Amino acid sequence: MTNKTTPSRRKFLKTALAGAGAAAAVPLSVKADEYVTPSMTVPGKTFTPYGMPSGHEEVKRLLRPPGISPGTGGSLSPLESLEGMITPSGLHFERHHNGVPDIDPKTHKFLLHGLVNTPLEFSMDALMRYPRVSRMHFVECGGNSGANAGSPTPPQLTAGGIHGLVSCSEWTGVQLGLLLDEAGVKPEGKWILAESADAASLSRSVPLAEAREQGILALYQNGERLRPEQGYPLRLLMPGWEGNLNVKWLHRIKVTPGPTMTKDETSKYTQSQKDGKAKQFNFIQPVKSVITRPSGMMTMNGPGYYEISGIAWSGHGKIAKVEISMDGGATWTNAEMPGPVLPKCLSRFRLPWEWDGKPVLLQSRSTDEQGNVQPTRAAWKAPVSVVQFYQYNAIQTWQIGADNTVKNFYV
Amino acid sequence: MFKTLAFLLAAATPHFGATADPALIKAWDVSIPPDGTGLPAGHGSVSEGLAVYTQKCVMCHGVNGVGKPADQLTGGVGSLASDAPVKTVSSFWPYAPTLFDYIRRAMPVTSPHSLSDHETYAVTAYILSIDGIVKKNAVMDAKSLPKVKMPNRDGFIDAYGATKR
Repeated sequence: MTNKTTPSRRKFLKTALAGAGAAAAVPLSVKADEYVTPSMTVPGKTFTPYGMPSGHEEVKRLLRPPGISPGTGGSLSPLESLEGMITPSGLHFERHHNGVPDIDPKTHKFLLHGLVNTPLEFSMDALMRYPRVSRMHFVECGGNSGANAGSPTPPQLTAGGIHGLVSCSEWTGVQLGLLLDEAGVKPEGKWILAESADAASLSRSVPLAEAREQGILALYQNGERLRPEQGYPLRLLMPGWEGNLNVKWLHRIKVTPGPTMTKDETSKYTQSQKDGKAKQFNFIQPVKSVITRPSGMMTMNGPGYYEISGIAWSGHGKIAKVEISMDGGATWTNAEMPGPVLPKCLSRFRLPWEWDGKPVLLQSRSTDEQGNVQPTRAAWKAPVSVVQFYQYNAIQTWQIGADNTVKNFYV
Repeated sequence: MFKTLAFLLAAATPHFGATADPALIKAWDVSIPPDGTGLPAGHGSVSEGLAVYTQKCVMCHGVNGVGKPADQLTGGVGSLASDAPVKTVSSFWPYAPTLFDYIRRAMPVTSPHSLSDHETYAVTAYILSIDGIVKKNAVMDAKSLPKVKMPNRDGFIDAYGATKR
């Protein structure tokens, strides 16, 4: 199948297919001058201090039109063009509330205060001296896949265009609990407020116990210092929790008696129900999966062999299984999970498939180790307000047509 | 061997942080919880707020807070359970101090942290007055703002059991 978003790949596949056709028509013979390609006849380029993708690759984040300021809004990971479980740092999705700040780590301070015995301030040099932990975890925006929740007709977009506000990295940093213990939390301290040094002063409250047990002050992403778009020089990582509270450009944590009820945890990132009430503190990202190959906007190559492949994840822990349906959810078969399958981490699933060329409603349904199962779209939408789109985790359907098209579809 | 272990345990807590300067804490400790703790001195009236709003907010949030291009701030009160819910400050936000907190730290979007506390109280008062949540002659300050009862104050469910701690 081919992907309309990567013309160079389409061109390659067409060329390869033409070549295969020619080989079938005439006896295969390789001439000496075809063996010696230009790359073999001249010395290659020299070393570079920081490597970049091949100039033949055109994989890019999908930029949404900015909102009220140039840096308000998001860009999505091109899931349909990615493989494995790790998102390249430069393709990690972005969601900013007033742009990417340029922060000098030499002057950046982190303040830990509030209901503690000893308020502490840390330079980045000081934080860099602490023992570190490395963990592989996804980060997913609470608004990911919201297009499928809100749009009455299925938006015709790529997998990344719909679901690309999720990415996965190896994060390395200092355990927040260590610093909280050094400051000494007072008994009345039950929550923290984490504040960003961006132009939105983005702030979220997290219960103290979970912040202490699970929180990481991330310094590194995929082996290098955080990218500016991911919070350089310091971000809070709450593995498996809603992206918005993984506060980037972190400069302050205050230990508080209760939630601060910031704008983002009241007016946004809450789940409005049909009865008008809104569920609050929906911290953990629910179990979810999406088939990335084949997926929306691709073109099938006609009947024959395909590998179905996709990603599954849950904020509750490990993925236990992923099932695949070809008939819109009537019957299911288990996908292969070659591993590694890690908690709160993207997990790759695969399934070999011989397509007979007939129309298919292709779905994946993931179950996590706590028994949470992805709902259907109808089941997800039943209790919630028509304007609700946060934490949409319903089963994605790709409609594959006899005409080789792959479309987003609501069953 | 035990000596080595004792050494490791002793070193397990590095303590590389410096005791924070009280002046730094005072300057940075600006977030305001729903009960209004930490609201600064100063005050602002609805009429003063209209002047600030007209100068610094209306181009994004529209006349009377009707929105576009930025978020709609007013209207929609009572609409949340309908087929066409409209979520605004007036109809949805549960706590008035959050409005002061957000404006002070994040607005206006082109120059956050540029408003004085006085201007912030005033524009908060003005926005709350548009749908009559506060009276047209209201003055907002550290005492009056936390007492404002937002229409959707009881409209939230704690899905995580997070507040009972």
